[in-house]
Amino acid sequence: MITQSLWLSAILFGLGVAGVVFRRNAIILFMCIELMLNAVNLAFVAISRSVGIDGQVFVFFVMAVAAAEAAVGLAIVISVFRHTESVDTRDFNLLRW
Amino acid sequence: MIELLWWVFAALAIGGGIAMLMSRTPIASLLFLVLTFFSLSAIYVLLGAYFIAALQVIVYAGAIMVLFLFTIMLLNLGHDYRNDLRGAGWIIVAFTTAGVGAWAVSRAFGVEGALVDLGGAERIDAAVTELNAVGAVAMPLFRDYVVPFELTSILLLVAIIGAVLLAKRRV
Repeated sequence: MITQSLWLSAILFGLGVAGVVFRRNAIILFMCIELMLNAVNLAFVAISRSVGIDGQVFVFFVMAVAAAEAAVGLAIVISVFRHTESVDTRDFNLLRW
Repeated sequence: MIELLWWVFAALAIGGGIAMLMSRTPIASLLFLVLTFFSLSAIYVLLGAYFIAALQVIVYAGAIMVLFLFTIMLLNLGHDYRNDLRGAGWIIVAFTTAGVGAWAVSRAFGVEGALVDLGGAERIDAAVTELNAVGAVAMPLFRDYVVPFELTSILLLVAIIGAVLLAKRRV
């Protein structure tokens, strides 16, 4: 079950990457980043079945970073929305080039 | 039985992920993401990580998802039907590159026998029976990882201050 879990983790991470590439809604981009962090968590838990409890301790840290990232990222989305009245990345590409 | 349940929840997780990417409204995406998180929590239980499974439900499906939901409702995006998908070519390219990357990574680790079994499962199960599910994680956390744990609290403090400052109207 460890090896299948690693496969599942890789597939979920790939889904997150694909979402970041082809969606343009900033909130859904953040959801895809959360999905990628979850895929990493799954890999940590799966490997902890082979290496030891340290994998699960690392999952704890990843969750703390994910919570901080979601809070700050959504605050940025709110302040961008005040300027452009939109969360579509096509509408705030001012710093792109 | 455990194997069968694993496959059911893995299918739910992947299905929820794909549905999240493909649904047009942010609310539907969010609910499919919650489905993925719950299935991952069930998979953690099947892998014997009971405390992590509880944390997954409380932190992800509870706190972070409520934060997303508040933002969507605060910005009134529930009926935002402007199409934000890139063209079909982009979707195909994205899925192909992500699939090839996932295949390459999981080929390195996912082959049967590629992982050296260091007896982690037996040690974790022994620790869970001795110290309970929480204690098994808390003991190494407060013994070997005290400094990272304290740094995590500083990170969360900085995130709180940053979020308040960024979302405030005037600084």
